[in-house]
Amino acid sequence: MSAHITLRVARYRPEEESESRFEDYEVPCPSDWVVLDGLNHVKDQVDGTLSYRWSCRMGICGSCGMLVNGEPKLTCATFLADYAPGPVRVEPLRNFPVIRDLVVELGDFMSKLTRVKPWIVRQVEKPLSEGEYRQTPDELDDYKSFSMCINCMLCYSACPIYGLDPHFIGPAAIAIAQRYNLDSRDEGATERMRILSEHDGIWGCTFVGECTKVCPKHVDPAAAIQRYKLQSALDWVKGVVLPRAAQ
Amino acid sequence: MTTSFDIVLVGGGGAGLRAAIAIAEAAPALRVAVVSKVYPMRSHTVSAEGGAAGVIASDDSHDEHCYDTISGGDWLADQDAVEAFVREAPQELLRLEHWGCPWSREPDGRIAVRPFGGMKKMRTWFAADKTGFHMLHTLFQTSLKYSSVVRYDEWFVTKLLVDDGRVHGVIAIEIATGRIEVIPARAVILCTGGCGKVFPFTTNAAIKTGDGMALAYRAGAPLKDMEFVQYHPTGLPFTGILITEAARAEGGYLINKDGYRYLQDYALGKPQPKPVLRTMELGPRDRLSQAFVKELEKGRTTDTEYGPVVHLDLRHLGAALINRQLPFVRELCLKYQNIDPVTQLIPVRPVVHYMMGGVHTDIDGATPLAGLYAAGEVACVSINGANRLGSNSLPELLVFGARAGRAAVEYAATAPEPGRHAAAQLKDEQRRLETERVQPGGRERIADLRQEMQAAMETSAGIYRTGASLGRGIDALRGLQTRALDLRVEDQSRTFNTERIAALELSFMLDIAQAIVASALQRQESRGAHQRTDFPHRDDDRFLAHSLAERLPDGECRVRYLPVTVTRWPPAERVYGEASAPQGLADQGMKDERSHHASRRTVPS
Repeated sequence: MSAHITLRVARYRPEEESESRFEDYEVPCPSDWVVLDGLNHVKDQVDGTLSYRWSCRMGICGSCGMLVNGEPKLTCATFLADYAPGPVRVEPLRNFPVIRDLVVELGDFMSKLTRVKPWIVRQVEKPLSEGEYRQTPDELDDYKSFSMCINCMLCYSACPIYGLDPHFIGPAAIAIAQRYNLDSRDEGATERMRILSEHDGIWGCTFVGECTKVCPKHVDPAAAIQRYKLQSALDWVKGVVLPRAAQ
Repeated sequence: MTTSFDIVLVGGGGAGLRAAIAIAEAAPALRVAVVSKVYPMRSHTVSAEGGAAGVIASDDSHDEHCYDTISGGDWLADQDAVEAFVREAPQELLRLEHWGCPWSREPDGRIAVRPFGGMKKMRTWFAADKTGFHMLHTLFQTSLKYSSVVRYDEWFVTKLLVDDGRVHGVIAIEIATGRIEVIPARAVILCTGGCGKVFPFTTNAAIKTGDGMALAYRAGAPLKDMEFVQYHPTGLPFTGILITEAARAEGGYLINKDGYRYLQDYALGKPQPKPVLRTMELGPRDRLSQAFVKELEKGRTTDTEYGPVVHLDLRHLGAALINRQLPFVRELCLKYQNIDPVTQLIPVRPVVHYMMGGVHTDIDGATPLAGLYAAGEVACVSINGANRLGSNSLPELLVFGARAGRAAVEYAATAPEPGRHAAAQLKDEQRRLETERVQPGGRERIADLRQEMQAAMETSAGIYRTGASLGRGIDALRGLQTRALDLRVEDQSRTFNTERIAALELSFMLDIAQAIVASALQRQESRGAHQRTDFPHRDDDRFLAHSLAERLPDGECRVRYLPVTVTRWPPAERVYGEASAPQGLADQGMKDERSHHASRRTVPS
C-alpha cells in the first residue's frame, strides 16, 4: 500500500468555466482514511476552494454521496487504500445537475419525496389518551427495511431509468412510499398508488436492480418497485374484471 | 426583502421540526420558516443511537425519572423544568408513535423499553440502534404534510435581527447562490444543536459548530452553564465514532499500552472474570474519562498520529459473541475505521459528546431577549444540570421543541410587525459579508486556527481543569480571535462557497469557546462534568447556581449566577455503587431489542 494516493477530483465553478475538469491532489493514504478524509485534507491543507457536502462521517446523515471511480458511494465508507495505487477518480453523483464541484442539486428529489405523502395517513386519528397503535415485531419487519433509507441519492445516481427520464419518481421515493404502505398503522396506500401511477416511468424499470446494488443501507428499492408493480397490476385487473361495486 | 414570516426556526433537526409541527398544528394560519444550513434530514439528531426516556412501565413513576435526572445532574437541574419534562416526555414519544416512528416492540405489539445507564428503571424507548435516525426522519416526513411550513434548505444564518430590544428575524446566506437576505419574523426559535466541534475529539458531526449559541450570545442573550461539557469515555479518536457501553457490558476490557486493565488503579473495583455493574469497565462515564487522563499523565497511554489512546479489547469475546451481541460495533469499526474488533484492538479515548449548557431559557423555551426562543441541545432550560443522563436528550428536544413552538405562537399573536430597521441592518451585514468574501490575502488558514482552538480547549478546559489551565485558555483564545481578523479565504465564489461558511463557523466557535472557558474559570468547585483539580469538591453554598455568560460590548465575557430551582429534592450526594445500580445492563444496544419484557404499564396521559 502506498503512503500517498492521487485523488482525481472533478472541479466545476459555474462562474468561471462552462464545464467540469479534473484536478489531481496527492493525499496521504493510511489504512483508516476514507475518500472523504482525503477531500478534507485537500480542503484544509491544499485548496480551500474545493466544495462538497459532508457531516456525520458514519454513514447515517446521507450527505457525502459521490462517484468514486464511476460508482455511486458514500465517501465516508469508502477506504482510499482499497483503490491503491490510484489514482482515485471522485465526481459528483451522476443523473443530477451539478451546482459546483462535487455538489449536486437535490430539489427534484425533495419535491418527489413530498409527492408520495411520506407520513401516516389515517381516516380517523386515534387520540393519544388511547395509547399506542399495537404493532407486532412481525408487522414492524414488514416495512422496517424500507424505513432505513438515508436519502443519500446513490440509487438515483445508479438508476438507468432516472438517467433517461427525470420525471421518473425514482427508487428512494418509491421505497419510502412502500415504507408507509406496508406500515400497519397507515391507511394511505390507495392514495399513494394513485400518485405513483401518475407517471409510467415505473413500468420502464427492469429487474436490473442497480438501485439495490448501490444502497448502503440494504433498503432494496428494487423490491419495493416490483411489489408496487405487482400491486398496481392486480388493482388494474380487479378494476377490469370486477363490477364497480365490488372494488 | 423576502417574504415575512410569523415564526422562523433556525435549525431543522429534532427540536426544530417538532417546533414547526407544534406551530402548524396550534396555528395553521401562521407562516413558519425552517432555516437550516443542511437539508433537515442531515441534521445531527440522525446520529443518536441509544434511545429516548419516557415513563411507561407500571413499576415506574414520574418521581423516579425526576430523581434519576436530578441526581445524575448533580443537583444543578431546575426541578420544575425536570418535572414538566418527565410529565410530558411519554406523551411526546407516543405522539411520535402515532406519526409512524418505528419504535421497537414487545411480542404483543406494545412499545418496548430497555435499561439505560443512570436510569434505575426500564424507561428507554428505542428504534433498534438507530433511534435518532428514525425520530428525525419521522419528524421530517411528517412535517412535509403541513403546507404552512416553508423550508430554507442550505441557508446559513449569520445574524439575528434585533431592533428595539426585540428579535425580528434573521439574516442568512443561501449557500447555493451566495444571496444574502433578511428573513423577517415576529419570533425566532433557535434549534441548532450543540458545539462539539469546539473540541478536537468529539462524537459530534462536522456541522456542530454552535451557530445558534453564538447568534444568541452576540445578540445579547446569555449562555447558561457552558462549563458543563459531557465526555463519553470510548470514542474512536480519528472519526469520533462512539463505541457504546454495551461493548464493555459484554465483557470488553480497557487496557493501557502495557496491556494492563488500568481501571483497577482508580477505585473502580478489581478485575472479575465476568463484567460486574458499576465496577471496572462498567464504572460511571465521568470516572472512566478521568482515569484516561491519569493514565496519560503516567505515560501509560499509546501514542498514535491522532494523539494518545488506550485500547478497548474485545478479542477474547470471540467472533460469535461479537456478531450476536455487538453487530453494530463491529460494523462501525469495519466500515468507517477499517478495524476488525474480532482480531484487532480498538483505539479509544474520551470524546466530547454533549453540551449541558446553552442559550438560557425558561421552561417554555423563552430567552430573556423578547422574541427569541431556543430548544434542544442549543438551549439550557436546564433539565440536564451538571451531567446529562443518556436517553434524556431525545425526549428533551421533543418536549421543549413543542413548548417553544407553542410559546412562540402566543408571543407572535401580540408581537409587532418586524421593525423598519431591518433594511439598514441587512445592508450592514451584506457589506460585512461581501467585504470578507472578496478580501483575499489574509495569512491565517481556517484549518490551522480551528485546530489551535480545539487544542487550546482540550488542554485548558478538558476533562480536568484548573484556574491556571483556564487562564492560559483565555489568553490562547484571545490570541486566536486577533489572528482570525487576518483569515485567508481563497474562495471568492458566490456559488456554494463552503470555505466562507467554514470561516463564519470558526468565528462562531471562537465566541462559544470563550464563554465555556470563562464560565469554567469562575466556577470554583467540582460538580458533574466540571472537574477542577484546584477545587475538588462540590460547593453548594457558593455554586448551587447556574452560570450566565454574557458578551460585553468590548467582546469580553462576564459571568453572573442564577439560583437553581429546587422543588422537592434537596441536594444530596451523587451515589455510585450497588445501591444505585439499575436493574439490567447499563447502556444502549446491550441485548437483542426484543429480549426485554417490560412489566405491565399504564397508558400515559
